[in-house]
Amino acid sequence: MAAGSTYTPLATNTLGSAAASLTFSSIAGTYTDLVLVMSARTDNTGAAATYCIRYNSDSSAIYSLTALEGNGTAATSERYTAVSYAESGRLNTSSSSNTTPNLSIVNIMNYANTTTYKTALTRSSASNETYAVYAEVTLWRSTAAISSLLIYPTSGNFVAGSIFTLYGIAAA
Amino acid sequence: MCPMLGIMASSISGSKISTSSYDSIATTTLSTATASVTFSSIPATYTHLQLRFIARSSRTATQGYIVTRFNGDSGTNYSMHTVEGDGATASSNAYSTVSYGSLYEISAASSTASIFGAGVVDILDYANTNKYKTLRASQGDDKNGSGRVYLTSGLWQNTAAITSIVFTEYNGFNFEQYSSFALYGIKG
Repeated sequence: MAAGSTYTPLATNTLGSAAASLTFSSIAGTYTDLVLVMSARTDNTGAAATYCIRYNSDSSAIYSLTALEGNGTAATSERYTAVSYAESGRLNTSSSSNTTPNLSIVNIMNYANTTTYKTALTRSSASNETYAVYAEVTLWRSTAAISSLLIYPTSGNFVAGSIFTLYGIAAA
Repeated sequence: MCPMLGIMASSISGSKISTSSYDSIATTTLSTATASVTFSSIPATYTHLQLRFIARSSRTATQGYIVTRFNGDSGTNYSMHTVEGDGATASSNAYSTVSYGSLYEISAASSTASIFGAGVVDILDYANTNKYKTLRASQGDDKNGSGRVYLTSGLWQNTAAITSIVFTEYNGFNFEQYSSFALYGIKG
C-alpha cells in the first residue's frame, strides 16, 4: 500500500544580503503538492508588511484570496478579488521592537495539475505587527502547471538571513 | 538596487535532509464523479497521518461540504470546533455529538469551473488505543469573490486505532472528476 518516502526538499535559499525578491524556477512537475517554508523579514520601516507570490511570472489579475487573522484582540477576515498576486502572508518590519522574522508555511495543492485552477493554503505569523496570526486560502485561476514561484515583499526588501525552502510532496 | 535572486529547484542535489519520516500511503484521483473515497487497511506503523485533498461537489450550488469518518463509524461520536473567515467576518463554531469528524466547504457545480476547495488534515496518534483521536486542519475554498477559510480541531471519541478513513459529500452529492485525495504517514 505504501508508496514510499516523500516530502523532498527541492531547494533552499538563505539570503546573504537584502533582496527585493526571490524566485524558485524550473520546478519539476513530478510531485503532487509543493510546500514553501519561509522565515523572513522586510527592511521596510512601516508597522506592517506583507509578502506576495506569483506563479509562472504571471502578473495578470487572476488571483484572489480569503484571509482570517487575529491580533490578540480581535479576529477579522478579508478578501481580495481579481488581484495580480497571491498576497500570502505577513512580515515583520524593521520598525518592530525586535528582529524576529515571521514564519509562513504555504501549501500549494496539485500544482502540476493541468485541469484545475490552483488553490494554496497558508499559515503565517508575524510576532509583533498588526496581524499576529494569519490563515489564508488563495486561488490562481489558471490551469497551467506551476513551474516557478516569485516571492517578494510588498514594501522594502527581504533582509539578509531570510530563509526560504521549497519541498515537494509526491502522491502514491 | 537590490538583487533579485533566483534558484532552480530542479538543479538542487546533495545535502538533502532525510526524507524517510513522511511516506505516501495512498492517493485517489477521480476520473469520474464519485460519491465517496475510502482509504482502508491503513497500517499502524506510523505515529501520525496527514490527509491532503482538493475537491469539488456536484451539488447545484456554489458550495458543497466534505466530511470525514473513521473506521466506518457513522455514530454521533465526533465533535469539532472551527475558526473561520468568509472575507468579511471572522467567526467560530462548535459541533458536538455529530456523525462526522470534520466538515469543510468546497466549491460546487454552480461555481466557476475548475475551482476546487483544498485541505490539509493532521490526525494525531491515530494508532494509539489508549486515547480518543484528535485532528487539526487547515482548509479553504476561494472563488474570486466568495469562499471561506477554516482552521479546525476535531475529536473522535473512540480509542480504536484508525484503520480506515472515508470522505463523503455532506449532502450526499458526488465529488467531481479531478478531485484528489492523498494519505501520508508520519513516523515518530
